[in-house]
Amino acid sequence: MTALRDILVIEDEPMVTQAVVMVCGEEGMTVTAVDSAAEALRYMQVSGFRLVLCDIMMQGMDGFQFLDELARNGIHTPVVMMTGYSTVENAVKSLAAGAVDYLPKPFTADELLTVIRRALRSSALLDAAESAGLEREGSMSYVPCPDHYLRLGCVSWALMEDEGTARIGVSDLFLKATEGIGQLELAEPGDDLVQGIPCAVATAPDGTSHGIMCPLTGKILEVNADVQAKPSLVEKDPYFKGWLYRVLPSDPENNLQWLKL
Amino acid sequence: MFRKNIGFKLTFGVVLTVLVAIALFAWFNIQSQSRSLLAEVERHASQLSEAVKADTESDMLRNDRERIHESIRRIGQQDSIDRIRILNKAGEIIYSSEAAEIGTMVDKNAEACYRCHSAGAPLEHLESQERTRVFQPLPDSPRLLGIINPIYNAPSCSSAPCHAHAEDQTVLGVLDVTIPLTDVDRNIRRSQMAAVILAVSVIVVLSLIVGLMVRWWIDRPVQELVTATRNVAGGNLGYRLTVKRDDELGALANSFNNMTDKLAQARLQLFQSDKLASLGRLAAGVAHEINNPLTAVLTYSSYMLKRSQGRPEAQKDLQVIVSETIRCREIVKNLLDFARQTVPKKRKADVNEIIGRAEKVIENQLALGRVKLVMELDPTLPKVTVDANQIQQVFINLMVNASDAIGEGEGTIKVTSSAVSLSPAGVLQIKTAVCRKRHELVDRKFEVNGKPAISMRFRKKERTGLIHLDPMYGSNEHLLDAMPPLEKGVELICPECSTSLISEEQDCPRCGAPIYAFEVPLKGLVQGCLREGCGWQHWEQVDSNWKHEFVEVRVADDGCGIPKTQLPHLFEPFATTKGPKGTGLGLAVTWGIVDNHNGTISVESEVGVGTTFTVRIPVES
Repeated sequence: MTALRDILVIEDEPMVTQAVVMVCGEEGMTVTAVDSAAEALRYMQVSGFRLVLCDIMMQGMDGFQFLDELARNGIHTPVVMMTGYSTVENAVKSLAAGAVDYLPKPFTADELLTVIRRALRSSALLDAAESAGLEREGSMSYVPCPDHYLRLGCVSWALMEDEGTARIGVSDLFLKATEGIGQLELAEPGDDLVQGIPCAVATAPDGTSHGIMCPLTGKILEVNADVQAKPSLVEKDPYFKGWLYRVLPSDPENNLQWLKL
Repeated sequence: MFRKNIGFKLTFGVVLTVLVAIALFAWFNIQSQSRSLLAEVERHASQLSEAVKADTESDMLRNDRERIHESIRRIGQQDSIDRIRILNKAGEIIYSSEAAEIGTMVDKNAEACYRCHSAGAPLEHLESQERTRVFQPLPDSPRLLGIINPIYNAPSCSSAPCHAHAEDQTVLGVLDVTIPLTDVDRNIRRSQMAAVILAVSVIVVLSLIVGLMVRWWIDRPVQELVTATRNVAGGNLGYRLTVKRDDELGALANSFNNMTDKLAQARLQLFQSDKLASLGRLAAGVAHEINNPLTAVLTYSSYMLKRSQGRPEAQKDLQVIVSETIRCREIVKNLLDFARQTVPKKRKADVNEIIGRAEKVIENQLALGRVKLVMELDPTLPKVTVDANQIQQVFINLMVNASDAIGEGEGTIKVTSSAVSLSPAGVLQIKTAVCRKRHELVDRKFEVNGKPAISMRFRKKERTGLIHLDPMYGSNEHLLDAMPPLEKGVELICPECSTSLISEEQDCPRCGAPIYAFEVPLKGLVQGCLREGCGWQHWEQVDSNWKHEFVEVRVADDGCGIPKTQLPHLFEPFATTKGPKGTGLGLAVTWGIVDNHNGTISVESEVGVGTTFTVRIPVES
């Protein structure tokens, strides 16, 4: 096995491939590009990658089938999904299928790099956790998330409450991958949230901004005032005191199929 | 063609019936008339015959043959008598008014003798009506009536000194009087002629009257219906019948109009959804096809921008490329959002602020076209809960349209914002309604404009049927179908328990017709009038407490205006008035956004004067 390379790009549009290769190459990353998922799987047999950037709509095997194939072969390389047909369903489905992130086309160089860096960091965190001897079940077991919490990928969580309301918040892996939160831009009570669309924007200390994909569709009943006053609370206690919103879900049945315990 | 006409058929039927009736009547009439005329003549002949007999009796007894000849000849000369003759038993003519035949023999089978001599042995007695006969000696001669009067043997005859007759003879001879029936026949012919003239004139007059009535009451409305049906079949769903009658054909015309309305609505909806479906497919295709090249452009340009620090001139150009590409990204995203009708991301916002942002976006565009933008914004406007980006898109679209309408010349766009209170009419949907026995009247099986309707049953004697009221309070687009106008004798009942739904307390204060009434649980009584064109509706609890606040924004231009024919299609996807310049999506997107905010958008326009779009957004949605 050759040395671990940084990124594998799976994209059937040469112009997009070239652009991604150029930007990542200029930023000092090692990039390999292929134009089909089948070829990507062959490559991954011989060399290791830290991250895969995969288009959803491709000839032959599509992005979702590729994710299934990885899971079947026990390959844990984190995957970021890209698509030109950027819909909420595609975003949610990608995260549910095991992708670490989702990047709608067209994107700027900054957006691309932010997502790549965040994914590489979470990948590194997972590797570190693995080498530290923690058991790995699925790809995301590092996250010490309480049992009954429902998770959208490794981005956000939802906790269904007895009154029919739900509490939502951010996963600790996402927070670690952004290397902390400087500022947090929150929505207001009464706002409508949509699953798969960012419900808050975190600005990292390095100035990059990260949208936090909402795990549920519904109306905000309450915004956590403590977090509003002190965003660092989210980092300290992401699953309890650091919740973001209390919401009234409007389409829980449909939403829950994309969430995992 | 003419024979297939329903009016002709009806007229023909009526006239034929009348013709048969007149013919029968005339026939019986003439029959009885000729019978009574004949009877009269018969009576006259009988009297005459008796008179002749009496006149000649004494001469006979004296056997004064000359006098008898003389009497018979004299009487026979009268105009009203054809001839008189006396035959003896052997059939020899002894006396006659026509001298030529005296002495000749008459055949026993001749018409005069036939009655008595038809049987083997001659009859000796005849009933008076059997003694007469009507005959025509030659085919072209007038009819004659003959009466025979047997001369019986009497003691005075056999004992007379002349000893002419033996004692054992019963019948001595016969007096035969014939009278011409010329007058009678003339009278009958006259009656026949009169009957024919009557029949013809009745037929002419009747055909005229029936024809006119049929034409006025049946033919014309049916022809109108046929024309309307052909029009609708040909695709002209805007065709309407003018209803000015209260009979079945009027009801039919009403139903027809109603049906065409529904058809037109259904077609429009189908058309809209069809267009939206194809728009969705198109958007998905466009998104995928355009986003890949845009990705390359955006990635390269944004990376170059990132790396171009220290080279301000390149940076400025790159900035334009990046921001324009991002705008393209937003356009494609909006296209997808519209096609998928995504939920707007709403939060409280100031509409004046949004208008200000929209103005900034199109400032440059307006400056080129020498267009003056006048703002009249109400600073006390309440905040509304909206997706600011989407609403901004609405104002941008409307202002760009206004500027396009003004074109190359000079013009003014006036944007006004204000807070308005609207009546609850057309805003509030009645979702539940009950009769006095608490049966639900809202029926999910029937819809008015896509919303479950309030169903009631009408009853007028044998006629009954369901009607469906518009659940939007104040909108009054009821489906009344074949229901007769609500008046005395027409019942309106609950379809389930037949309790009356007509208000007993009051009539319509606007037009005086009976009104319906039902209860909305916990929200009081709803009353309304069903008379066409009245539209009175009252909901005490709502009317007295209603405060529905809207923020109203009007965008008015003094541009070219929109032709009336295009107004109904204005908000349809791909309908454009700008030719190749427009995509036909702007107003469809605008409509979709406003609708998503539970708002309304309307347009008034006059060609050559200008167009005003009015957007209303509810303050509490």
